[in-house]
Amino acid sequence: MSTTTLEQPPAAEAAIQSFTVTFLIRRFDPDVDTEPRWQDFDVEMYATDRVLDALHKIKWEQDGSLTFRRSCAHGICGSDAMRINGRNRLACKTLIKDLDISKPIYVEAIKGLPLEKDLIVDMEPFFASYREVQPFLIAGSAPVAGKERVQSVAERAIFDDTTKCILCAACTSSCPVFWTDGQYFGPAAIVNAHRFIFDSRDEGSQTRLDILNDKEGVWRCRTTFNCTEACPRGIEVTKAIAEVKQAIMRGKP
Amino acid sequence: MPETSAGTLTAPAKPARQKPGGTLYRGREGMWSWVLHRITGVAIFFFLLVHILDTALVRVSPEAYNAVIGTYQTPIMGLGEVALVGAIVFHAFNGLRIILVDFWAWATRHQKLLFWIVVGLWVVTMLAFTPRHLINVFSH
Repeated sequence: MSTTTLEQPPAAEAAIQSFTVTFLIRRFDPDVDTEPRWQDFDVEMYATDRVLDALHKIKWEQDGSLTFRRSCAHGICGSDAMRINGRNRLACKTLIKDLDISKPIYVEAIKGLPLEKDLIVDMEPFFASYREVQPFLIAGSAPVAGKERVQSVAERAIFDDTTKCILCAACTSSCPVFWTDGQYFGPAAIVNAHRFIFDSRDEGSQTRLDILNDKEGVWRCRTTFNCTEACPRGIEVTKAIAEVKQAIMRGKP
Repeated sequence: MPETSAGTLTAPAKPARQKPGGTLYRGREGMWSWVLHRITGVAIFFFLLVHILDTALVRVSPEAYNAVIGTYQTPIMGLGEVALVGAIVFHAFNGLRIILVDFWAWATRHQKLLFWIVVGLWVVTMLAFTPRHLINVFSH
């Protein structure tokens, strides 16, 4: 009985069809290259595999020098944002079945941040903007001893969408305004400012609105909706930015 | 499911043509409406620059003004006027769309629909304008 159950899984596995998928990866080794170059890899993949699995297979079986970031591999840590077929996506959330594998799949680093190696960019300018909007609770008073700060369900719902950000930089590096000079705060910083600006427990809203009223602040948003389309968490980024614009015009959240 | 397409893919595809600068970002309606808005905006700016200069010429010398305006009465300029009106009509309708997107949460969720409405209004306006204008241009 036990032997039959052991024999069954391989038979079932053989029935699952695999495909040879070509990946064109934009590579850059700062020690050797002066310009990034495209390199192609053929990988055997299943429809339910993800682009991250392909990168793993390439790194582990074909070319160990391929360099990319990933941590949790399940869409939570936000380390593996990259441009897949010209759009910012998380490699760990992009399934092969959702891509057209009759053509090569283009994979390259996100745009607008300094390229360091292969798919890795310097995220420091991105996090500098994030820090600048003071993304933490600012409250002058302490909560009642032994109690939390009370908030109604309706008050919490106002900023629910922007609490979902994982700081993967897919939105900021999809923004044409950010590409031009990288001075713009970028969608991610504004989303995280929005999360506290509209929090009824927070008292630092005015400071953040003043920071974002800068000439490199929310007014550089041109509503291209690339950020909303790129967000792997489904945050309505452009809507959040529009709400911050309106809060600045009102002078209060 | 791209199963059929994958089956045909036996030989490794040639390392397609190289794109040294990276691929073009494949934005959707929102990005292309912004690109068009920027291009038409810059084009309209340069038109206005020339237009203000040639109109100001009437203060300097009415004869020179007439001479300059006279050179505009050609079929090529007539076609240029179609392009100009096309640019202004798109810029105007898309400008209204951007105002709606900035001030109305509903519009941020339906900006794609609004973009196609802008395109539709542009087509209707141009269908009404172009034949009449071209008849005027080519009947002189």
